[in-house]
Amino acid sequence: MSKFMEWVDARFPATKMWKEHLSEYYAPKNFNFWYFFGSLALLILVLQIVTGIFLTMNYKPDAELAFASVEYIMRDVEWGWLIRYLHSTGASAFFVVVYLHMFRGLMYGSYKKPRELVWIFGMLIYVALMAEAFMGYLLPWGQMSYWGAQVIISLFGTIPFGLGDPIAEWIRGDFVIADATLNRFFAFHVIAVPLILLMLVVAHIIALHEVGSNNPDGVDIKKNKSADGIPKDGIPFHPYYTVKDIVGVIVFLIFFAIVLFFIPDLWGWFLEKDNFVPADPLKTPAHIVPLWYFTPFYAILRAVPPMLNSQFPGVAAMGLAIVFLFLVPWLDRSPVRSIRYRGGIYKFALAVFVVSFLFLGWLGTQPAGGIYLTLSQIFSILYFAFFILMPWFTSIDKTKPVPERVTDK
Amino acid sequence: MKKIISICILLLAPVVVQASSEKSCGEIDCYKANIDLDNKASLQRGAKLFVNYCMGCHSAEFMSYERMAKDLGLDNEIVLKNLVFSNGKIGDYMTIAMPADDAKSWFGVPPPDLSLVARSRGIDWLYTYLKTFYADDSRPFGVNNLAFSDVGMPHALQALEGMKQAVYKTVKDEHSGDTTRVFESFETISQGSMSAAKFDQAVLDLVNFLEYTGEPAKLVRYSIGVKVILFLIILLIPAYLMKKEFWKDVH
Repeated sequence: MSKFMEWVDARFPATKMWKEHLSEYYAPKNFNFWYFFGSLALLILVLQIVTGIFLTMNYKPDAELAFASVEYIMRDVEWGWLIRYLHSTGASAFFVVVYLHMFRGLMYGSYKKPRELVWIFGMLIYVALMAEAFMGYLLPWGQMSYWGAQVIISLFGTIPFGLGDPIAEWIRGDFVIADATLNRFFAFHVIAVPLILLMLVVAHIIALHEVGSNNPDGVDIKKNKSADGIPKDGIPFHPYYTVKDIVGVIVFLIFFAIVLFFIPDLWGWFLEKDNFVPADPLKTPAHIVPLWYFTPFYAILRAVPPMLNSQFPGVAAMGLAIVFLFLVPWLDRSPVRSIRYRGGIYKFALAVFVVSFLFLGWLGTQPAGGIYLTLSQIFSILYFAFFILMPWFTSIDKTKPVPERVTDK
Repeated sequence: MKKIISICILLLAPVVVQASSEKSCGEIDCYKANIDLDNKASLQRGAKLFVNYCMGCHSAEFMSYERMAKDLGLDNEIVLKNLVFSNGKIGDYMTIAMPADDAKSWFGVPPPDLSLVARSRGIDWLYTYLKTFYADDSRPFGVNNLAFSDVGMPHALQALEGMKQAVYKTVKDEHSGDTTRVFESFETISQGSMSAAKFDQAVLDLVNFLEYTGEPAKLVRYSIGVKVILFLIILLIPAYLMKKEFWKDVH
């Protein structure tokens, strides 16, 4: 074996890479619960790619055949229902895990210097993931697939200066969502976006391993090294975190299996009822609701009233809601990273932000009007206030002294 | 951390509950359909009702007879003899011969395919819908429905149930003084071939069958799920012990 590895290593840096990224990548020893979600996201990415490949073997990207081919997979393909539910549950699980992963970053200041690019690559992954999920949702060609896509793409039609309609048309390849749209979304969903996602994930991990992982204390473990240059608070990722993440993976899979086998539609949250009706361009459903992971942004979109006869301000607000997340590394002026050593103001602000995000998510599923609209507006303002006021409240917030070494909590 | 969680919970507490006067099944609240997918006899009776009373107009085009035979524990010959009326083959899908254009002119809309109706409408709605046809001379087929007002479908199960009349009462709103007609009860006009209890069971069988056609995998996925989860729980033990062993020297 060692002879073989010598032969390989002389030609390809296999052992070097193994050491750099696993056996000699020193991660802080105090990772807690919140640090499972990075490896879980990677697991789901692999799951989605593998199940996606098998779905592609029987799925037909054709407006006449798509709906029936999904039902064929659900009924007549051996284990097809399992593959399809793995993929549909996996899509939602991906967002659950990614949202928790992002929340972890906000909580422990993982985006702060020198990890700005880790955060930026992560945000790009999030945007790519939204594109991937949005286009994937058109493929079953149900009523919600069709009308959800119709609504979201018509948002591009609000772009001013006469550019809107041509752009929306260019995206659809037709005047309405049609076969051409389905075909191109299929191409993007199965190859273009996954390639981008994979490259971004590699960049995310390379950037992370360049600067080293943050930890719940926000302590820089590289400041305290032993004589042989190893951080005193660091432990090799492999085997320590591989064996720990295996436990995390199994616990995650238990919850995943509960949804997958017992409530794959999660009462309409993961698979909407209307999507079991084939797409009908002549029949608009009473409520068009995007899937849950988009609803916070959908609520923001609807909260902004039209100005000068244009819906564009709402669309712009929705875009800004995501742009602001990119800017967090520069909006945060706090001298400390972790919430453990921050003052009450940041804790309160983060809590308000999380609650606003969750509420917006719920409001995005409700009809827009009356009390719902007012609530959407209030929570949208709170959502943006978190970012706009961040330079101010992070600089006046009282912080506690950060310890030299990581703590055992 | 704990602080954040408690703040979140406090802020989430006064969740606004939707105050809605809308009924879940048209004019009334849905009846509860107590079906049992494990009851093969019920599914078989439902299949028989479906091919006899529904498939004149409705297809279940994603469902093959062969698949149905296998899942319902029926021999192919029995299915071919009793449930396939045309010169069909066992591998055929449950389609119908009625041309969609004709159907549209007869009923206003082509009768929808019913493969997935239990998934899009829900079983409680289906059960309520099938139980609440009532006589209404103003409608083309002489019947109307509480769950689906002015539906274009005749009372397909009339031979079994008979016909009933809807009795309404007038309710006056205390504040506005407006009066509204509210459904009170049914009165039997003519008897069908089944008693009320028997008809109720027949509708449940039919809804049970539709729940099955909506997702045949439902017959197996629960038991597979239990096994998978048990396996994962058992796997968790050595995985946890391995983690503990490796982490012994981390202080």
